[in-house]
Amino acid sequence: MSESIYQDNVGTHLAQTHPGNWRIFYVFSKMALQGFGGVMPFAYRAMVEQERWLSATEFAELLGICQIFPGPTICNIAVFVGRRLGGGTGVASAVSGLLVLPFLIAIALGAAYQRFGDFPIFRSALNGMAAVAAGLILATALKMARGLLKKQVGLPGILFKTIMLACAFACLGLLKWRLLTVFMLFAPVAVIAAYLLDRR
Amino acid sequence: MIALGELLGLCWHLAILSLMAIGGGLIMIAPEVHQYVVTEGRWITSEQFAAVFAIAQTAPGPNLLFISLVGWLIAGWAGAIGVTAAVIVPSTILTFLIARYSANAADSRFYRALRDGFAPISVGLMSGTGWLFMQVSNESWRADVLTVLSVLLVVKTKINPVFLILVGAIAGMAQWV
Repeated sequence: MSESIYQDNVGTHLAQTHPGNWRIFYVFSKMALQGFGGVMPFAYRAMVEQERWLSATEFAELLGICQIFPGPTICNIAVFVGRRLGGGTGVASAVSGLLVLPFLIAIALGAAYQRFGDFPIFRSALNGMAAVAAGLILATALKMARGLLKKQVGLPGILFKTIMLACAFACLGLLKWRLLTVFMLFAPVAVIAAYLLDRR
Repeated sequence: MIALGELLGLCWHLAILSLMAIGGGLIMIAPEVHQYVVTEGRWITSEQFAAVFAIAQTAPGPNLLFISLVGWLIAGWAGAIGVTAAVIVPSTILTFLIARYSANAADSRFYRALRDGFAPISVGLMSGTGWLFMQVSNESWRADVLTVLSVLLVVKTKINPVFLILVGAIAGMAQWV
């Protein structure tokens, strides 16, 4: 507990000076390369605990904002942080730091797949990997659902979120509707319902 | 290889899709990408799609890189760079503009409604995506068991997902799935 308060205190005295574009690129590259199966925990570690660009509270708020913007959440965070640290060039440094090296690694793996992918042993390995990959997506969704319902207070809110979740799952996964159809159908309903249920 | 016009069409389509990926990253547009490049375009096979998706999961970095790999298979460097830019640039510009003009709107009732409304839908879409993946790539009930086991392990323990992917590779090589 005392540790997080300490971090918040540090956070309120954040240095607002430009750390330099190379530094921004380096820090974002480092967190991206550590992020096997998700960059976010490393983003927190690097930006809050090591570089002290953000306080813990600021990070949580930023995460909340970035989740409702389209596109990858971590890229949106890079945009906000890069902009605050170094304006337009800061954004370019942060986003490219996040992407360039992981992109090259992915391409190298893709090229290896093209070269060796037809070998039976690789095909069977990839079958097993794909089964696990599907499980990872489902697990992420389950964890998010748990967090979502834990945070919600009051029966109407819980019911509303459960129904919206179930409808989106059923229409996309079971009925195999197109993403656009599902999104356009439920997003307006969900936002209006959330607005009406908001008691704050 | 595909024609330049088709590649531009693919990029345009992905750019539009990327703007619909709210709350959970680009994983949730995977079924749409599959539909477009496998079922309609027939540029790659369903097996190739599942393979590069699994490969991308083992690589470090943001999970959007599976799209880069799909682009790579379809059109080499031009495809990889083109589709990656297509899914990154529009949302990045949008976020940049919002960050610039409305930094203080974060606690309005409208903002909270957007956040609370989108959240359950994006979780539902994410689980639907995982479900579709299971249907497309698992060829036997043993593969389904492997999927369910990895769900349980990730939810119940702090196990590193990359380790699970490696276990999947070994299980595959041993012809268990």
